[in-house]
Amino acid sequence: MALATVAASSSIALAEKAKIGVSIPAATHGWTGGLNYHTKRTVDALRKAYPDLEFVITTADSATKQVNDIEDLVAVQKINALVVLPFESDPLTEPVKEAKKQGVFVTTVDRGLSEEGIEDLYVGGNNPEYGRIAAEYFKTKLKGKGKVVVMRGIPTAIDNIRIDAFKKALDGTGVQVLDMQYANWNPDKGFEVMQDYLQRFPQIDGVWAGDDDAALGAIEAISQAGRDKGMIVLGGSGMNKVFKRIMDGDKLIDADIFYPPTLIIPAIGATAMKFATGAPVSGRWVLGSPLITKENAEQYYFPESPY
Amino acid sequence: MSDTIAVPNKLPATSGRYRISDHLTSFGPLIALAALLLIGGLINESFLSSANISNVLTRSALIGIIAIGTTFVITAGGLDLSVGAMSALVAGLMIMFMNAVAPTLGTGWVTVLAGILFALLLGTMAGLVNGVLITRWRIEAFIVTLGTMGIFRSLLTYLSNGGAISLESGLRSTARPIYYGTLFGIAYPIIALAILAIVGEFVLWRTRFGRHCAAIGSNAAVAKYSAINVSRVRIATYILQGLCVAVATLIYVPRLGAATPSTGVLWELEAIAAVIIGGTVLSGGYGRIWGTIVGVLILGLIQNILNLTSWFSPHLNGSIQGAIIILAVLMQKGRAAR
Repeated sequence: MALATVAASSSIALAEKAKIGVSIPAATHGWTGGLNYHTKRTVDALRKAYPDLEFVITTADSATKQVNDIEDLVAVQKINALVVLPFESDPLTEPVKEAKKQGVFVTTVDRGLSEEGIEDLYVGGNNPEYGRIAAEYFKTKLKGKGKVVVMRGIPTAIDNIRIDAFKKALDGTGVQVLDMQYANWNPDKGFEVMQDYLQRFPQIDGVWAGDDDAALGAIEAISQAGRDKGMIVLGGSGMNKVFKRIMDGDKLIDADIFYPPTLIIPAIGATAMKFATGAPVSGRWVLGSPLITKENAEQYYFPESPY
Repeated sequence: MSDTIAVPNKLPATSGRYRISDHLTSFGPLIALAALLLIGGLINESFLSSANISNVLTRSALIGIIAIGTTFVITAGGLDLSVGAMSALVAGLMIMFMNAVAPTLGTGWVTVLAGILFALLLGTMAGLVNGVLITRWRIEAFIVTLGTMGIFRSLLTYLSNGGAISLESGLRSTARPIYYGTLFGIAYPIIALAILAIVGEFVLWRTRFGRHCAAIGSNAAVAKYSAINVSRVRIATYILQGLCVAVATLIYVPRLGAATPSTGVLWELEAIAAVIIGGTVLSGGYGRIWGTIVGVLILGLIQNILNLTSWFSPHLNGSIQGAIIILAVLMQKGRAAR
């Protein structure tokens, strides 16, 4: 009976009532946790503002699950628009292309698809800039020379883009990268990798943790080893706890790179506006990845978020 | 006549050969551990420093304590895939509980002790649920704990809203010594691991409960006819596992003061790997705690050595770990298989 109701309402309402499907990765680490939180908030707010719009949220813990989600959104939920943050670009390209072929308006978020021209709208952070800003930070802070260790994220395309840009920006400078290991954007792994780095290298001037979760783990290891004098840690992606530390004038971590899970908000917002106003919406919206310091941290501080 | 001579001649020879292979199978993990220590020492001079060894031991204590419980479960022919998710959930609930009672009980040791008791209670309950579902409802242990693994982890993800559940900073500084504190220069987690390992080995080999575990694991039907209460012993192993998870968790929480959806991911596989590397039989019937501890140290040291070198691309770390796990088991099985 429930099925019949859904089918009936969607066939009657198709003309004026649009259905927007949102497909995002599950909350498996801090950043995606924040992403889920902001997705829910945004959809709740938009539901209130535009009662004619319908929203369906799905979360996936793997690319395979996400492909299934999107197939269901198109075939069963009969969505008019899809807002998708691909788990991985390559495996998601064909399924999203298929949705597009069925006449679905496509918005991609954060990481793009591996083929150009599929999406109508793209909203993302700037991954090459993320890596470059990190490199610039160490160049400035270490006055052009010093020894840096790097904690990479989860082995993914985004991580590669950031690391490549980081290495390229440091080429030919006196800032030396001692080693890179994966810490999976995870505090436990960040803690362990940092403990081992501290054993291995008598001199470390800077740590790029690539993510605030991993940075917090690294900081615990550094303070336990009593090596916090003269060392700087740079995290990234905008955890409120880290912003708080920056605002409080923490010596170890005095900056962060913005790569906010809030980028889902304009993505869903702009997609909803297209159907609410009927106006054509398309193009690319790239959010900056500015360096957050004590001077500007307050503008970005969002204590209610779980990340 | 030749027969009578041949028999006594053969017997000592046979038993002698048995002994050699027994020792080889028995000490395989120790040889692997020694090899790793040697390699580590050659690779990096700070590897054998007390600070590094202390770090690795302290970290390994988390999985080690869980794996002591796992040894009992596996020896009794069971399996528990839920321990990683369980420790994440226990950590989350323990932190929420301490944060909640802090306004009334203060941010001192009273609250921390209350949190510890609460964690132990949660661990017992979680183990009891697993054990009862497996024995009373007769569902395969693999399936039950696969199910509870999903339930525990998604409950934590729900409670944490997908982010982190953090301990209040006052409580954090009170509880911090549980992980970072030392007694005579030895970190508390290492001491806890050592005590639990000794107690565990004693229980497994010197008590009726331990013998019953092995009997059930080797043949549950025979054990039943020998008037062993199979269900009760099995449930007890899962409760013991839950308690071990709780102890590991109360050491884990003070380390970073937070639980996240990625807390304890794959700990169940690490614990099972450590138990098997250590010489406990996966199908049950024979277990040993000291082997498990060696297994945990092998796993911890591989990780540590890989972080201390740049020999391999970090992409390959998993394959090196995998190869050494297989090798360590091979070293103890090589002779026994023939």
